[in-house]
Amino acid sequence: MTNTRLKNNSILAVEAHGLVKTFGDNRAVDGVSLSIPTGSICGVLGPNGAGKTTTINMLATLSKPDAGNVKIFGYDVLSETQIVRQLIGLTGQFASIDEDLTALENLMIFGRLYGYSRQDARRIGNELLAEFGLSDVASRSLSKFSGGMRRRLDLAVSLISQPPLIFLDEPTTGLDPRTRTQMWQTIRKLVKGGSTVLLTTQYLDEADQLADNIVVIDKGRVVANDTPEGLKRSVGSSSLRLTVKDADHTANAAQIIRGILKAKVHLAEASELIAPMNNPDKLTDVLTSLKDAGIALSGVSILQPTLDEVFFALTGESSQAKKEEN
Amino acid sequence: MPNTTILPANQRNLKNRVGVGRAIRNSGTLAYRALLKMFHNPEIFVDFVVLPVMFTLLFTFLFGGAIAGNISNYLPIVIPGVLLMSSFTNCTTAGSKLREDVDKGTTSRFKSMPIARIAPLAGSLTADLVRYVMGGITVFTTGYLLGYRPEAGISAVIFSILFVMFVAWCLSWVFAFISLCTKTISTASAIGVVVMFPLVFLSNAFVPAETMPGRLQYFVLHINPLSHVVTVVRQLLTYGTIGADFWFALSGTLALLLVFIPLTLIAYKRKA
Ligand SMILES: Nc1ncnc2c1ncn2[C@@H]1O[C@H](COP(=O)(O)OP(=O)(O)OP(=O)(O)O)[C@@H](O)[C@H]1O
Ligand SMILES: [Mg+2]
Repeated sequence: MTNTRLKNNSILAVEAHGLVKTFGDNRAVDGVSLSIPTGSICGVLGPNGAGKTTTINMLATLSKPDAGNVKIFGYDVLSETQIVRQLIGLTGQFASIDEDLTALENLMIFGRLYGYSRQDARRIGNELLAEFGLSDVASRSLSKFSGGMRRRLDLAVSLISQPPLIFLDEPTTGLDPRTRTQMWQTIRKLVKGGSTVLLTTQYLDEADQLADNIVVIDKGRVVANDTPEGLKRSVGSSSLRLTVKDADHTANAAQIIRGILKAKVHLAEASELIAPMNNPDKLTDVLTSLKDAGIALSGVSILQPTLDEVFFALTGESSQAKKEEN
Repeated sequence: MPNTTILPANQRNLKNRVGVGRAIRNSGTLAYRALLKMFHNPEIFVDFVVLPVMFTLLFTFLFGGAIAGNISNYLPIVIPGVLLMSSFTNCTTAGSKLREDVDKGTTSRFKSMPIARIAPLAGSLTADLVRYVMGGITVFTTGYLLGYRPEAGISAVIFSILFVMFVAWCLSWVFAFISLCTKTISTASAIGVVVMFPLVFLSNAFVPAETMPGRLQYFVLHINPLSHVVTVVRQLLTYGTIGADFWFALSGTLALLLVFIPLTLIAYKRKA
């Protein structure tokens, strides 16, 4: 018993190497490797189309990788698929519950599919409804549910079998701030109970709040894999944000700042520059040099490091591409 | 539950197979789900209650005099025809619920669960049995009210309903396959109508084959498989016996089933 337990601790909940998935000539996932220790929360962060959902689909046995391998608690997703399916719960990006059924009926049907008796399925369903604050609407048809209620019910469904590993694909997208905080609490509670959670998000503060480890992906590649603190450290303790009055001077200003701070400067918006600043004393130098060059500013601020900067630092290119789309 | 401790992965009793018993239970649960959805949405009853009544009345009063001289002579011809037509138009829509699940992502969730892969298919199509039976009962009830009394009695009626139900169920795998292969569900229903209408009307379902010109008669009697099904039902209801046509229809639909269960499963796996 002790032995197996020791072994369990050493086994990773998710261990993926070199995952590749191509759609036509689009390499949606291009060599993603991940390892998630049992009992932790891993946040997968990336912009639209980064390959988050495609990655989750391969980890959760929904699609086969074109290359690479995945082990869930040491079981191979390709050869031990049914075992893996007994160990995971998946809440997809879009709610997949039945509109035509009531909340309790939805939960009971999934409970029955997991092999529970009718009574057990009903009991577990009611417990989950209570846990997610949905008891009052247990027998109401889902077509009258709000987006947040659907999202919660969808999560409840993936917890029926009490899986030790839970995949949440953008669990809080479209939720209001209050419901979002509730969702965070639920996720933290799950981990306290011994679950391992992999969640994807486009919100940097969400990953910062929840995750023990953050994997930033962009265009199908892992561009960073670190703790929230580590990621922040890698872009400097704080950063400088300058808004140039005349957008034509932006490039010039960026060059000057780069020369003084000896760091990469990112263009956040047409006339907004962000640069990591390890030494606040340099601020005066920057401002004097800009003034000498005749570049007027319309705004200066010091930003405490947030994952936004990390994100800009790591995927600056794609944030620019996104801007061009707009 | 979030507030209880999760059993660690290595202390679970895990199997890498889904047994036959589990597959059957899963299919049953999903058939129950399909039925629940059906009864939560009563407007779909139009399909299998209102339409059969309408068809029976329409054909009986429209063609009764012309084809059989009077209505009561036409009823033994038309009732098996309408029974077949209502079941088969129902089975052309068999794939629509499946397709809805695929498009909405419910299928992805099923796929991430330790259930038999055939269960969502088998469950959905099996729940349709209820539609065929209700359609059959409606047709015979309408016929009865119009004065139809089948010679072979109630047991022949029950047997006919079950027989047509089985044939329709086998055929529904074909239409489920089609609906999983097309780009949108409306294409699939259009194909269903295009295939089903000529087959139903170019058969002996409403008009005795003897009145047709030679080549058409050959097609109706020897090429169109639906004619065999109609002949079986007529013979059953009139004489209470089954003949060669019965075995022909049964083996034909069974063959169809054996081919299309795996094909549909492959199409389903590919789509999900
Ligand atoms: N089934 C598919 N067929 C073809 N291309 C696909 C398919 N699924 C995803 N893609 C492509 O793969 C890339 C990654 O998509 P994915 O859904 O994984 O992104 P994501 O990170 O989840 O984005 P989002 O934040 O918008 O959900 C995109 O370019 C997308 O167009
Ligand atoms: Mg996604």
